[in-house]
Amino acid sequence: MGTLQIKKSAKKYDAIIVGSGAGGGMAAYVLSQAGLKVALVEAGPMFDPAVNSAQLKNPWESPRRGASTKFRPFGDFDGAWHGWEIEGEPYTKSEGTRWDWFRPRMIGGRTNHWGRISLRFGPKDFKRKSYDGLGDDWPIGYEDVKPYYDKIDKLIGVFGTNEGLPNDPDGIFLPPPKPRLHELFIKKSATGIGIPVIPSRLSILTKQINKDRGACFFCSQCGRSCKVYGDFSSSSVLVKPALATGNVDLFTNAMAREVLTDKEGLATGVSYIDKTDLQEYQVYGRTVVLAGSTCETARLLLNSKSQRHPNGLINSSDVVGKYLHDSTGAGMSGIVPALFDRKRYNEDGVGGLHVYTPWWLDNKKLDFPRGYHIEYGGGMHMPSYGFSWGIEKNQEKVLIRGEHKEPGGYGKSLKEDVRYLFGAGIGMAGRGEAVPRIDNYCQIDPDGVVDKYGIPVLRFNVKHSDYEINQAKHMNETFKEIMHNMGAIVTSKENSKDNLWGLDNPGNVIHEAGTARMGNDPKTSALNKFNQGHDCKNLFCVDGSAFVSQGDKNITWTILALSMRASEYIVDEMKKNNI
Amino acid sequence: MDRRKSIKALLVGGVAGGALLEACNTADKKTEANAAAAETSAYANDVTRMQEEKDYMKGLSPANFFTPDELATITVLGDIIIPRDEVSGSASDAKVAEFIEFIVKDKPEHQTPLRGGLRWLDLHSLEKFEKPFKDLTEKQQLEIVDSIAYPKKAKPEDKQGVTFFTLMRNLTLTGFYTTEIGFKDLGYVGNRPNQWNGVPDEVLKQYNLAYTDKELKECISFDTPTPLAKT
Repeated sequence: MGTLQIKKSAKKYDAIIVGSGAGGGMAAYVLSQAGLKVALVEAGPMFDPAVNSAQLKNPWESPRRGASTKFRPFGDFDGAWHGWEIEGEPYTKSEGTRWDWFRPRMIGGRTNHWGRISLRFGPKDFKRKSYDGLGDDWPIGYEDVKPYYDKIDKLIGVFGTNEGLPNDPDGIFLPPPKPRLHELFIKKSATGIGIPVIPSRLSILTKQINKDRGACFFCSQCGRSCKVYGDFSSSSVLVKPALATGNVDLFTNAMAREVLTDKEGLATGVSYIDKTDLQEYQVYGRTVVLAGSTCETARLLLNSKSQRHPNGLINSSDVVGKYLHDSTGAGMSGIVPALFDRKRYNEDGVGGLHVYTPWWLDNKKLDFPRGYHIEYGGGMHMPSYGFSWGIEKNQEKVLIRGEHKEPGGYGKSLKEDVRYLFGAGIGMAGRGEAVPRIDNYCQIDPDGVVDKYGIPVLRFNVKHSDYEINQAKHMNETFKEIMHNMGAIVTSKENSKDNLWGLDNPGNVIHEAGTARMGNDPKTSALNKFNQGHDCKNLFCVDGSAFVSQGDKNITWTILALSMRASEYIVDEMKKNNI
Repeated sequence: MDRRKSIKALLVGGVAGGALLEACNTADKKTEANAAAAETSAYANDVTRMQEEKDYMKGLSPANFFTPDELATITVLGDIIIPRDEVSGSASDAKVAEFIEFIVKDKPEHQTPLRGGLRWLDLHSLEKFEKPFKDLTEKQQLEIVDSIAYPKKAKPEDKQGVTFFTLMRNLTLTGFYTTEIGFKDLGYVGNRPNQWNGVPDEVLKQYNLAYTDKELKECISFDTPTPLAKT
């Protein structure tokens, strides 16, 4: 390395956006369409599903047969580049606490591989404190967000059905795919004991909606990202058209270091390190929009200290990094004897579940305050690494052709068993709402740990409370009931209080939110109701950081809606010269 | 319908269709090649790979982890676990030993259990029949395998052999069923563009199930029913 210099960009942008996932992609889309000049700063390389997706590859095209690696935690063909572990980019945890942090680095971020479960928050989800006294209400309600949900339903496309449920609002839906066989079994079993099962709501195009994107061809591989753009990824659906306006300059492999501010405390730009030449750069703009993901945004804010913002940017309230929470998660797997020796046909379907269970109970009658939804899996999946692993455990639990077989074995009879058992497995996963708490937080590591670029790293301090643990217990009981009612045999290990009922580590469900929450009171929130900094009016956070709470829903559709709403507000405020 | 045609028929949008056809072409070509050992050079030019993965693959040793004798024993065991039958070929037909050779380099946690297990097996064979496992008669080999292939009824003193054989069974099943031969054996007919039109009628009848009127009205329907696989 020669003399270390900071290279300053001569061009002044209307907006600098950090991160190109759901929040950043939407901001880039709206701002560029409005004619604003945008710098889009992304820590990873270019990724275009049409070019880079591994869709339709067979397992034998991977030397490891699709097994995961540290580069691809969800399998060798998955659409997320990087994830839990990035060399030279550590994070730390306080003793006795848990946190898993998923960090794809690429254009589109985690939207290239996500589950496409696209649920609106319901009216109650914005006002939880009013219902149960816990956490806080949002400064906005469903009626504020509804027009944006409607717009993104139409812009992006989502299938589902209007069911008239009070807290799972109807939308503008494409037709859903018909349930698969195991899903019909699950539906029959669950509805038989009063648990509703309705068509899932996924942002996958069962019909073509415009000339730029193809319709789904049912390969079930949304997780790899879609070459015909038949599902929603920020890379294909938002960033690509944003770039086509000619108004966006893309900065890839650019790891943001700090938000720059002036004497008045206003944001003036962003400094970043270019990972390809390891040089330091600064880029300037009229507004700065952060969307590097909930925790990266908190990190960036906390690392942006100045005389005017000694506690980090938009942090006079001291809430940045706090109220960090993820969806809860617990699962169960089983095997359905009625499905043994089944007829073969292609039931890949769309990427993921065709049916799901929205939250159906009244928490006032339960020992936990917030609900969960259930996601279902199963069917004749394409084999990949791990296929038939541990078959002796299944042989032990079931009758094979009416007989108890000695588990294990080899040879012709083992091959027969594999064929006999294929496609009979099912899985259930609960995804629930955690109660955001001030004492669950991330902070800049107090021991001075830095990453390989010299950027101070985060330390996490998050624990489950009894609310989440009791909820997971309830999930286990529910899954077991559904399994038993359909004659399924549970194959996953028995959970108990000792393993917190199989509750995933916080962060592991990858729905983290809450680190720069919005609110009307600048003393208890970092952002106002337009995702705008209370302490810095030209600084916006449009990812999950802005969330007050996250409902028993996946958060992406709400990130998109709020980012669109904030971006339209930015355009408006700029026109009025307010920022 | 052939795969290329079916894709053309389905990609009404036309967008990125070229890229997808390209992908399918490559896939078709590659299936003819020996897939177990993907060439590092092909990997290096693969646009679906990120740079860090390419660097990692370059860093893997080109030398085999297993000795020729070890590989020969793995091959023998593989064909005992997955022999040729009236439906499909054997583990060695599907090049399972080559897959295991790669996977222990990629997942080093398998190295010691396999190497140590192979040694346990050979010593056990020497003690019993005065030859290493691969040189025993088929009858002798099966006598030993029978003592370690059934975890619930195996003798406690054979526990190490059971643990080893279980791992061999896992790797062999995974290695076999993730090949074209394995797909055909299993009757897996997915991973291709299609139009999901629900569970075939014949199958619904078999399980005494039916779609509700609501489902039939609301869900996407296509002209052709989902076809059953040819058996």
